[in-house]
Amino acid sequence: MDPLAVNIQHLSFGYPDQPSPFFADFNLEIAKGERFGLFGPNGSGKTTLINLMTGLLSFKDGSIKLLENEIKKHDRSINKFFGVIPQDLSFYQELSPKENLEFFGAWSGMQKQQIKTRSTELFEILGLADVRNKTVQKLSGGMKRRVNLAIAVMHDPEILFLDEPTVGVDVQTRLAIIDYLKELNKKGTTLIYTSHQLSEAEALCSKIALIDEGKIIAHDDLEVLLVEHGQDGLEGLFMNLTGKNEGGNNV
Amino acid sequence: MFKLWATIVKDIRVLKRDRVGLAMMFGMPVLLVLIVTSIQNNTFQLINKTKIPILICNRDTGKISAEFIQAVDKTDMFKLELVSKDQGEKQITDRMRNKDMLLSLIIAADFSAKIDTNAVRVTGKALTAFGLEGDTLGPKTGNEGLVTLYYQPILQESIRQTIQGALYGALQLVASKQVLRKLYFSINEKPLSTKLENELLDNNMTIKDIPVSLDKSMKRPNASQHNVPAWTIFAMFFVVISLGGSIVREKLSGSFIRLKTLPTNYFISLLSKQLTYLLVTMLQAALIFAIGVWVFPSIGLPPLNLPADMLGLVFVTLICGWCAVSYAICIGVFARTQEQANGFGAVSIVILAAIGGLMVPSFAMPDTFRTAMKFSPLHWCLEAYYGLFLDGGKMKDVLVNVIPLFAITLFLQGLTFLGLKTKKLI
Repeated sequence: MDPLAVNIQHLSFGYPDQPSPFFADFNLEIAKGERFGLFGPNGSGKTTLINLMTGLLSFKDGSIKLLENEIKKHDRSINKFFGVIPQDLSFYQELSPKENLEFFGAWSGMQKQQIKTRSTELFEILGLADVRNKTVQKLSGGMKRRVNLAIAVMHDPEILFLDEPTVGVDVQTRLAIIDYLKELNKKGTTLIYTSHQLSEAEALCSKIALIDEGKIIAHDDLEVLLVEHGQDGLEGLFMNLTGKNEGGNNV
Repeated sequence: MFKLWATIVKDIRVLKRDRVGLAMMFGMPVLLVLIVTSIQNNTFQLINKTKIPILICNRDTGKISAEFIQAVDKTDMFKLELVSKDQGEKQITDRMRNKDMLLSLIIAADFSAKIDTNAVRVTGKALTAFGLEGDTLGPKTGNEGLVTLYYQPILQESIRQTIQGALYGALQLVASKQVLRKLYFSINEKPLSTKLENELLDNNMTIKDIPVSLDKSMKRPNASQHNVPAWTIFAMFFVVISLGGSIVREKLSGSFIRLKTLPTNYFISLLSKQLTYLLVTMLQAALIFAIGVWVFPSIGLPPLNLPADMLGLVFVTLICGWCAVSYAICIGVFARTQEQANGFGAVSIVILAAIGGLMVPSFAMPDTFRTAMKFSPLHWCLEAYYGLFLDGGKMKDVLVNVIPLFAITLFLQGLTFLGLKTKKLI
């Protein structure tokens, strides 16, 4: 059996200003090579969970393993296994896409020649070749999202965390990004995705987990869940299971 | 090593595009050093080289007031303009209000008479004291208001004191001359000859002033030697605006989240910033020193004389730069917003410069501040530079200043490390 991409066991985590833990005895397994969607209303804990899995937040109780490596026991060397596309644009706006990739490539542990080859490849795939030397500040929103994606996949990670990767982009760019993510998945990259774009999620995810108030309320293949709950789309399933819409309001 | 190199390249690229930061780090100190040195040099010239215009209204008709005017002229400090004795105070002060003249001197109508009466009284007293028969002592005349000096309020206190000192010297000279004449006449019953009078009074006494320097050179420090090192230090510490701000910007921007999820410690980023900005401080020093050496003479300012021990100069500049960078990083790590980093950074540097003796000489400070200045890194930087530039010292001579500076730098580095750990940045 393939090792799990993510294995969370008995996780307990709370913010210092909250009386009770946000996650209490939380468990989740994500197999390698999956296109996994993590959904829930606003404030359900999706971003907190991604931050815990990527080491941006630390925890005391329970365990989170990425490809069988316990993240509490490792220093930053474990970070080479994954890439992150945060919701916010995460690069230096005053640099060009090429300069950003050179820097973040080095920080991902790549050597000069590897960076050069991979950058050229990514610029072609993501349609950034013509703007590679322009300051990112001067690029359109869609181009900036592509740069955000290029940096995350620069070191060819085995797991890719995506938090609203297509927010604020046009349809063309969104489709290009989704297509590329599917390509990556075909090559073995595990995608862990969260978004409010439910139609996009349906197109991308093969398996989903719905979480609300720090608890998993459904976790299975998307098709199985839709049949089980007599729904024809993720939006209906979402409201059926949580009783809330995406904004977190009761329906 | 490649990660560090890539980070340095990134930092230099970001810095190159930060035009405001570059202007603050290079343009502002160059401007400051030019302006302050020019002002201080002009003040020096005003007192020592340029003759200060002075309006003199002599209301006295006696010989002694004419001698007084001659004595004032001989000080070589003033350019005299004599006006009619009929001019009223209002006319004179009006001319000054129109900024026509900085100084006016009014010699009272009874100037000669009063000086003479006073000389008779002093002579009588002297002869009696010598056991000789002197004239009956006359009543003591009030010497107040013999001369009245009007001055523009814009004149600095130190310049006014110097002017008053020169005028007082001239006044003393004519008063002493008159006493000598009376004394001579009383004893010899004939007037004192001009030749003997000159021999007795003009003894050509001078004060030999020697700057005490370690290299035994007789070079006199000029405004450039004082100002260039001081404002170079100020410039170095002002990197806090660019560097402190850059760290906060990075912490608050999305790029920091990315950095935290990569398999590299943030410590590399701080090390890169230290090296990049240390290079910046060295370039700042090189630029300001070069301006002092080559540009100053062409704009009429005294040239900067570089110390003989160039290795010592590089060493001191490196330590000063490292301390300045450490301070900026410390501010950047602890500040929560860019406004905090810029505001606190700039104000704290001005305060540290003031208590460090960059703005007011340390010897002129009250005792409390003299204790406080030991905690200002800028004070130790200045002392080390002065040791090289003014005292003609070598590296070993300024170690006594470099050691406290090094200790402050290590303290700042430790504080930064603590901040990074507390904030879970490393």
